[in-house]
Amino acid sequence: MGCREGRGVDRWVWEAGEAHGARGGSSGSLRDGAGSAQAGLGRCRRQVLRAEQGRDALGFPNCRLMALKRMGIVKDYEKIRTFTVAVVGVGGVGSVTAEMLTRCGIGKLLLFDYDKVELANMNRLFFQPHQAGLSKVQAAEHTLREINPDVQFEVHNYNITTLDNFEHFMDRISNGALEEGKPVDLVLSCVDNFEARMAINTACNELGQIWMESGVSENAVSGHIQLIIPGESACFACAPPLVVAANIDEKTLKREGVCAASLPTTMGVVAGMLVQNVLKYLLNFGTVSYYLGYNAMQDFFPTMSMKPNPQCSDHNCRKQQENYKKKEAARPKEEVIEKEEEIVHEDNDWGIELVSEISEDELKAASGPVPELPEGISVAYTIPDKEDNMITGETVAESEESLEELMAKMRNM
Amino acid sequence: MADAAARRAVAELPLLRAPAGPRDREGWAERLREEYRALIQYVENNKRADTDWFRLESNPEGTRWFGRCWYIHELLKYEFNIEFEIPVTYPGTAPEIAIPELDGKTAKMYRGGKICLSDHFKPLWARNVPKFGLAHLMALGLGPWLAVEIPDLISKGLIQHKDK
Repeated sequence: MGCREGRGVDRWVWEAGEAHGARGGSSGSLRDGAGSAQAGLGRCRRQVLRAEQGRDALGFPNCRLMALKRMGIVKDYEKIRTFTVAVVGVGGVGSVTAEMLTRCGIGKLLLFDYDKVELANMNRLFFQPHQAGLSKVQAAEHTLREINPDVQFEVHNYNITTLDNFEHFMDRISNGALEEGKPVDLVLSCVDNFEARMAINTACNELGQIWMESGVSENAVSGHIQLIIPGESACFACAPPLVVAANIDEKTLKREGVCAASLPTTMGVVAGMLVQNVLKYLLNFGTVSYYLGYNAMQDFFPTMSMKPNPQCSDHNCRKQQENYKKKEAARPKEEVIEKEEEIVHEDNDWGIELVSEISEDELKAASGPVPELPEGISVAYTIPDKEDNMITGETVAESEESLEELMAKMRNM
Repeated sequence: MADAAARRAVAELPLLRAPAGPRDREGWAERLREEYRALIQYVENNKRADTDWFRLESNPEGTRWFGRCWYIHELLKYEFNIEFEIPVTYPGTAPEIAIPELDGKTAKMYRGGKICLSDHFKPLWARNVPKFGLAHLMALGLGPWLAVEIPDLISKGLIQHKDK
């Protein structure tokens, strides 16, 4: 499996062709990435399937994703294929979340929602008008399967807060992983009401299931994500619902009618924050946030983490807290030893030294003025001042020849 | 004004004790008995004050409830069927009462006719868990909702009295 170096290889068929070992010499039909959408998709799917039969671990067009590994960002990106994520709520945030995970090559997705697609949903991403009337989970599964046929889907069109459905929901969380009988790796709450969040919280506290909760405010200009590890971090019942400060004068807010406002922009940002956190958590890179807020009005992104409440109203949360304390006490204290990178060669008979390829003077000349920047932001390169950049050497000689004469001269050489 | 009347009604309701939800095998039976006692008290209070406005009953497990409510507007009595299910997180979260026949007629309703309660309701309920029960839900939730919505729906011609 390779990738045309430097060239943005976005076409499906290229990737599959490469994996097949056909270096630029694929059959004519493969080259034609355009053509009718249907035909293209059919070819694409066959190519993807064929690619999987080869040595390609991800199967799905993955050149850009595997580059993460080569750039040293993620150690084992292919592991994404082994994970199962349950998404509860496939609306504005949930559908985008499911799409992102699908395009990242997640192993299996479980989708839960009781709602139908409506034209009123068209101000948000993902669903299309022709899907109006379909159940959201059904429409989502159809769309996502087309995007990445390698992802396994399990969808449930029911309300998890009722007694019967809740038991079934808990059962699927506990047993619905890629390997049936094993629990899912993560549950994502993308619901839009307090009651459903509390139901998910109840289930996860009881099962000791790690989950992430997301939300967008009713006025559409703030949102947040939260990581909840039962017993270790605050559960949803540990504190009253958090609100990201919006710096809007409450008195100016009108609350006519009941319909909540929603923007595809805010929902896209929150879904992006959520899936980013999921990737970091599953693939073990970067820093996973326990809480990340988003205030769209001032572009404020607060982060924090909350300890569980020892008096939480959920008795399973309290139980998990006890379990966690016992586990922490039993764990031996690990000494953090600073490992110095050892130099491989001990003898240096030939006195070989590493010298910078660029001379000192060149380095100084290459650095130009740097603007004042806050911590965490730097310039990719600098452009030296004009005075430092005096070109020495001859310039083009002056001559009386006209342009036509010069052109003729060139032609006759 | 509806809030003041609601608060008065609630003040006369007994508070519940058992913090059990429908999944709690032992506690739920006791909670159900408390629920029924509070509801019966509420209906008796209403009858005495001549403000009788609903009836409720449940399946044997007490997980599904149904009944009727009525609202008197300009001397005419408008009656509606109501239903709701006890959520697994009860009494931490209140059930969502649905009036199926009004579905789609008002913006103050979710899919399936579930009535949408004011911003005040959820924090109020959360602060009083588990003392509030179905009687309180009716008094603080459905009652005020009817008082605001029914006259509005009538004036818009969206509902008509059955005699008309």
